[in-house]
This record gives sequence, structure tokens and C-alpha cells, in this order.
Amino acid sequence: MNRTYELMFIVRPDMPEEEQDKLISTLETAVASSSGQVKSVERMGKRRLAYTVRKFHDGIYVLLTVEGGGGLIHELERRLRVTEPVIKFLTVRIDEEQKRLDKIKAIKDAKRKAAAPAPAAEAAGEAPAATA
Amino acid sequence: MADETRTSESSSGGDRPDRGERRPSSRPGGPGGGREGGPGGRKYFRRKKVCKFCVEKIEAINYKDIRLLAQFVAESGRIVPRRLTGVCTPHQRRLSLAIKQARNIALLPFAGRAA
Repeated sequence: MNRTYELMFIVRPDMPEEEQDKLISTLETAVASSSGQVKSVERMGKRRLAYTVRKFHDGIYVLLTVEGGGGLIHELERRLRVTEPVIKFLTVRIDEEQKRLDKIKAIKDAKRKAAAPAPAAEAAGEAPAATA
Repeated sequence: MADETRTSESSSGGDRPDRGERRPSSRPGGPGGGREGGPGGRKYFRRKKVCKFCVEKIEAINYKDIRLLAQFVAESGRIVPRRLTGVCTPHQRRLSLAIKQARNIALLPFAGRAA
């Protein structure tokens, strides 16, 4: 049951850096204890919110990429919900989309390989005709 | 109003028959023939709309890519309909999903610009 999820959450803008670190590390230990894996942590910094959330106009965005099962996500979301400085979060499953993109890319590469020699020969044949 | 400008933006691409069969291509690119033209209205040239995602071969429509998504959101926060932007059905479906996800995490507004 290995799925990949993106967990984006917003913490209140006045949260100090060290507390963010603490929050992220507690989430990481929670992931590890459910035999999941944290693939990456990205701090997207302070951004202006598109609308007010709990009377805040901006927030600090954090993006976590996590691999694991649904139970793990359930636990992480529960934790985020009870963590007071977290004002909003969103989980998106990304493995299927990634699979689709990889497939498209593979097809494209195969096509390019197959098509590369043919147009080159064609262009060479056509070029003199066009100039004549 | 905002939709008009967006329309001309997205239709600047060439006439690629890439996925042409998916869209109603029977609409004449010539003068008149539109609802806006009206009977006896002035003639104008309508450029054929093309799907930005098909033309530029953008495969990934992600909710984090606000720059891209904002092109398909009107000033009011509305998702601009396909008939105005020319986006093909499969791409519009994924586009609207991405916009809704972005709204959920406060990257895009539900309604209007943040007042």
C-alpha cells in the first residue's frame, strides 16, 4: 500500500521558525512510526492568502511529500487538525498523476526516437526543391 | 470584459490539427457567424481558438502553478468557461480540478480578489 501524497498546510504568519521545525519534526516522526517515508519538505515561505482564514491575511506555506498508506494520512490530518497554529491544510494524492505523466513522457520519447531519422531525411530532400 | 482579453491570449497559437477532432472545428473562422455578431451586425474576423495545453504541450496541470491557473480564472474568481478560452474538454476537466484544489488551500480566491 504505497501511495504518494502531497500534504500542504498553512501555519499562522507569526509562528517562530523553531516552532515550525518542531512541528515538522513531529510530523516526520509520526510518518516514520506508521512505516511511511517523508520524501521531501519544502517551505514555500510567507504568502498572501487569497481570502481570510481565521482572520489571517497571510500565512506560511509548508509542503510535505509523503509516501505511505491511507491510515498514515488519516493520522497526519488528525494531528494537523489539533495543532492550533495550523490554519489550513490540503492533501492530494499524486502517484497516479505522476504515473500518467511518466507514461506520456515515455510515449513521447519513443516517438521522438522513431521519428528523428525520418524527418531529417525528408527535410534534406525537400530543401533543394524549395530553393529551386 | 476580462474574458475577452484572455480569449485573444490563448488563441495566439498556430492552427495545429493535434487534437482538433475533439473540439467543434466546424465553426467558421471567417467573418460574422457568431452570437455576438448578431443579424446585420458588423463583420469581424474571429480567430480560431485553440487549447493552450494541447498547443504548448503542457501535460501537468498542478494546483500549485498559480501563474498558469490564474489565466483561466476571471477577475471575479470564476473559472472561465471553455467556450471563451478554447480549452479542450479533457484539459478543462483537469484545469477545473486544479483550480478547485488551489482555492481550498487559499492560493486562489473563491470569489473576487481578496477585498
